[in-house]
Amino acid sequence: MEAIIKLRLYVAGNSPNSVKAIANLGVLCRENLPDRHHIEIVDVFREPKRALADGIILTPMLLKLSPSPACQVMGDLSHPTLVLQTLGLSPST
Amino acid sequence: MKNAINPRIRRQGPFLVDDLKKAPTGIAGLDRITGGGLPCGLTTLIEGGPGSGKTVLALQTIVNGARLFNEPGIFVAFEERSTRLIANASRLGWDLKALQRKKLFFLDAHVRSDLVIAGGFDFAGMLAILAAKADEMGAKRIVFDAVDVVLTLLNDPQIEQREIYRLNEWLLERDMTSMITCKRTEAGTILEPLGFMQFMVDCSVILRHDVVQSVSQRSLRVLKYRGSAFEENESPFLIGRNGLDVADTWLLDRNSHPVSNKRVSSGVRRLDSVLGGGYFEGSSVLITGAPGTAKSTLGGAFAQAACRYGYRTLVVSYDMGSSQYVRNLASVNIRLDRFETNGMLQVASSRTVVASAETHLMHIKSLAESHRARCVVIDPASALSQMGNALTASSVAERLVDWAKASGITLLCTSLLDRPASELESTPLQISTLADTWIHLSYQVRAGERNRGLSVIKSRGTAHSNQVRELILESKGVTLADAYAAGGEVLMGTLRWEREREARIVQSEGKAVLMQKEIMLRAAEAELEGRIESLQREAEAKRIERKALTLNSSVRQTANELDRLRMRELRGSDAPTPKRR
Repeated sequence: MEAIIKLRLYVAGNSPNSVKAIANLGVLCRENLPDRHHIEIVDVFREPKRALADGIILTPMLLKLSPSPACQVMGDLSHPTLVLQTLGLSPST
Repeated sequence: MKNAINPRIRRQGPFLVDDLKKAPTGIAGLDRITGGGLPCGLTTLIEGGPGSGKTVLALQTIVNGARLFNEPGIFVAFEERSTRLIANASRLGWDLKALQRKKLFFLDAHVRSDLVIAGGFDFAGMLAILAAKADEMGAKRIVFDAVDVVLTLLNDPQIEQREIYRLNEWLLERDMTSMITCKRTEAGTILEPLGFMQFMVDCSVILRHDVVQSVSQRSLRVLKYRGSAFEENESPFLIGRNGLDVADTWLLDRNSHPVSNKRVSSGVRRLDSVLGGGYFEGSSVLITGAPGTAKSTLGGAFAQAACRYGYRTLVVSYDMGSSQYVRNLASVNIRLDRFETNGMLQVASSRTVVASAETHLMHIKSLAESHRARCVVIDPASALSQMGNALTASSVAERLVDWAKASGITLLCTSLLDRPASELESTPLQISTLADTWIHLSYQVRAGERNRGLSVIKSRGTAHSNQVRELILESKGVTLADAYAAGGEVLMGTLRWEREREARIVQSEGKAVLMQKEIMLRAAEAELEGRIESLQREAEAKRIERKALTLNSSVRQTANELDRLRMRELRGSDAPTPKRR
């Protein structure tokens, strides 16, 4: 059984880039990481202090929390290959 | 740290008056240039090349806001890490630790170089975070430092523009005094897609860092300021120990400082009487002359006199070390050591090899302020114009004089004039036009010797002699000799002495002649008296002789009578004896 991949996405309310990022991440995970991912979405409009504490400035920002190594990708995640590469995951085809 | 604003200057300064609310930067020079500070609640763009001081200016404004004006601030650092900024700031003498708890917040917005960017991003999240933080701490000021760094990551001019507008709108809503710093290319143009920021902001400041003949020259210029008057010229500034120090290049309102009728002794009694009692207090005195004409000595004499009078005095010596200065002056009986000991006098020395005139001016100002000096001697002020400072030196000299006047400081500058005195008597620094009293010292070379001549070229508000006088340095002190004018020339040194001696000789010769005549007359008189005496004696002798003669003849007659009687007796003559008559 492969480990669950924990991801956290920081977004800024309904701003276009954030909406796109949520959609892109959903598609990416469904297609490449079926049943082995967990996504948490943090809206910095609602939880600015938390974002600040986590050191998040620019949005959208995707964090891979586990398994290690931790890493992050900024942007609306419109380049799935680049995102998967950065997260250290290979597309499941 | 002490307040950077000199309250006296601030009060006297003619602020450009307008209705716009200003947020003071706490940088005295900049606040004057902008007529009180940056536009309150609006945006200021700070542009400049690398190392031009953008970050320091923004940081100082934020720190001063928190420290001096109770305006908490946020500093968003896109380029440098906040830890480094804080470390740099502490080196500038600002202790940010205490301020950081409540009034200052640094946001590390530094984007790591290895961060992968997959698609578009925006400032919306960042601004939301900042809004929350600003509300929490009641921030009134905010800096976006090196905003260009993050904007270039967007890699699309249109999107960059969109984010700048987003930022600007947010700032307008927030009603915070904000500063955006942005790089400028060497050619002096702002990086292209950011160019329109110039039009967007309410105030724009350009910083420059040039090197003129190996000497660093920094300058600041306000490019625009909506709704406010401002000083449009470039103003030199320094980044010193306390951060930015912007020079006051604005025209001083020369009516604004009170003038004094009080005199301060020049330290040379006879010079005081030439000047009608000494230098005016708060005036500027210039002493020019060739090397060795005793400029420093007159400066020292003044310092001594001022200290004696109880005025705290600062001497800035560029030629000599302070102990050398004191020792050399002791040779002409100017004793400064005791005033140095009791704290009245501070002798600061510095070499002028490489530093801009601006640096020197700031140095002089800070020394004078910390010593609370009422009299300042700068020896020589011409040192300021060395090494690539020719362009700025005259404006520096002007501001030196203005500053001294505004602070009520009696300023004495010496200035070297290398050229022969026959040339124009003007100083390289053009202080001569600003100085109230100008004393020129020269050498008069005649008859194989050099003598020091002193002339008062001008002395505002004082009647003064127009004669060249001889300045005499002796171990017992400095004095002026009586000018010995002869044949339309002022004689000095040995020539003066010779002429004086000649006059003495002529006078004594005259006396001798008179005496001789008197003696001769006396002799003649005595001789005559002698002659009278001998004649009288002769007359007496004659008289005696005559008496003797008479006596003789009567004796003889008697004898004859007797003889006759005897003969008659002998002859027995009976002839009657003739009757005696």
